[in-house]
Amino acid sequence: MIYLDNAATTKILPDVLDEMMIYLTEEYGNPSSFYDLGQRSKIAINKARDIIAESIGAKSDEIYFTSCGTESDNWAIRGAAYLGKKQGKNHIISSEFEHHAVLHTLESLKQEGFEITLLPVTSDGFVDLEKLKLEVRDTTCLVTIMLANNEIGTIQPIEKIKKICEEKNILFHTDAVQAVGKIKIDVKELGVDMLSISGHKIHAPKGVGALYIKSGIKLPSYIHGGGQERNKRAGTENVASIVGFGKAVKIAIDKMSENNKYVLNLRNQLIDYILEKIPATKLNGDKQKRLPGNINISFEGIEGESILLMLRKYEICASTGSACTSGSLDPSHVLLSIGLSHEMAHGSIRFTISELNTQEEIDIVKKVLPDIIKKLREMSPIWK
Amino acid sequence: MQYSDKVMDHFYNPRNIGTIEDPDGVGEVGNPKCGDIMKMMIKVDNGVISDIKFKTFGCGAAIATSSMGTQMIKGKTLKEAWNISNKAVVEALDGLPPAKVHCSVLAEQAIKEAIKDYCKKNNLDYKSLVADI
Ligand SMILES: Cc1ncc(COP(=O)(O)O)c(C=O)c1O
Ligand code: FES
Repeated sequence: MIYLDNAATTKILPDVLDEMMIYLTEEYGNPSSFYDLGQRSKIAINKARDIIAESIGAKSDEIYFTSCGTESDNWAIRGAAYLGKKQGKNHIISSEFEHHAVLHTLESLKQEGFEITLLPVTSDGFVDLEKLKLEVRDTTCLVTIMLANNEIGTIQPIEKIKKICEEKNILFHTDAVQAVGKIKIDVKELGVDMLSISGHKIHAPKGVGALYIKSGIKLPSYIHGGGQERNKRAGTENVASIVGFGKAVKIAIDKMSENNKYVLNLRNQLIDYILEKIPATKLNGDKQKRLPGNINISFEGIEGESILLMLRKYEICASTGSACTSGSLDPSHVLLSIGLSHEMAHGSIRFTISELNTQEEIDIVKKVLPDIIKKLREMSPIWK
Repeated sequence: MQYSDKVMDHFYNPRNIGTIEDPDGVGEVGNPKCGDIMKMMIKVDNGVISDIKFKTFGCGAAIATSSMGTQMIKGKTLKEAWNISNKAVVEALDGLPPAKVHCSVLAEQAIKEAIKDYCKKNNLDYKSLVADI
């Protein structure tokens, strides 16, 4: 199998699993318990907390573990909205191409009476920050813009938002789920008040995430219950996954420049090859300011699911923005936001490379893809 | 997406794919749900569909249902062809995932359009042609 869908999820690294294993077996204590078995679990999660805090330039007591990136987004946005409401503010600014974890949370807040502005995105995949200045109101309580887009990988210049938010006393959140471990992140430089992370995108298990909340911000709790996570996020901690999460972040940070160099080479090779060898193709999103492993290409005249099915024959795993796989039968909102026609959004494929991929794997994709595209185009009524 | 072996067989080796030089009837329909497009061409001899070809801009299910549909229709009278439902095609493929059943409608509609087109070109009333007597 050739796994090129690392933006969807990643394989757990052996070192990560090793570190976790004891917390799935012998070290089963509840971190809230008094005796040593419990306290050792507590020490383990706090070690992970320290690693994650350091990796983004935060303090340990600014990191709260959650069950996933989606929960972190929900908590940050809903919490900020309710804080705003108390001050008579009800307006939130975000962008058209956020992850559904953000967009659907905003949609639900809209039902509760909040006003939502979604900033447009430029054709090369950047949120139009000029428009942000025009949209800020006295009633704006939150700006939430993702750090790196999950479909097209473009990295947003969000450090430019800081000043606008500070001047107007607006909370500022970013979804950094795709960016952590891939680009250098410093919460102070970015100027964010809240930042969402998820474990499974960086070789940790699924079902663990974290939210950075800048100290001093009194974000209301989202999950109520026991006193875990300093009374902010109840629920007995997922100790083993948190430990794995910490280890995965540590490895990602230690190896970032080495991994990025390796992944970038594979990525650029494949992009250049596809654009050169296959006619009527388009790279979606700026080529430079994108995540090192991200490739998103549209092929004119054909549909993405059928490309995926052809790739399946060679056990190549990728994803598409086509309506035909979306369940909702609308093509990717991200690709539409950057101005792609329905047809081009339909014919898009995303390959996301990690450091676990090999040159041989990329060579196989190079070898099979041109014929797949040719075959499907011959079957298409709209390809001339 | 979990497709049956039959769907995958028809997807990888589609029957009757292509175009007919000089078709007697052409049907082209778009799927309003997902934006996909299907084109069917038929050759008719003495009221029998002697040849049929299709092209699809669409998903695996759309390609497989057109392939199976055309196979079921070839050699049938216009009336028989008209009455082959998308349900029958789906059954012949050992089923489709629920989210993909709408794709099979595309093939059925394209075939119906091609028959209508043939009737129009030959001054036939398709309604009386396909009606049960
Ligand atoms: C940008 C972005 N935000 C949020 C999420 C959700 O994270 P999780 O799968 O941990 O809920 C994802 C992953 O699908 C993502 O790519
Ligand atoms: S034809 Fe688009 S989903 Fe099947």
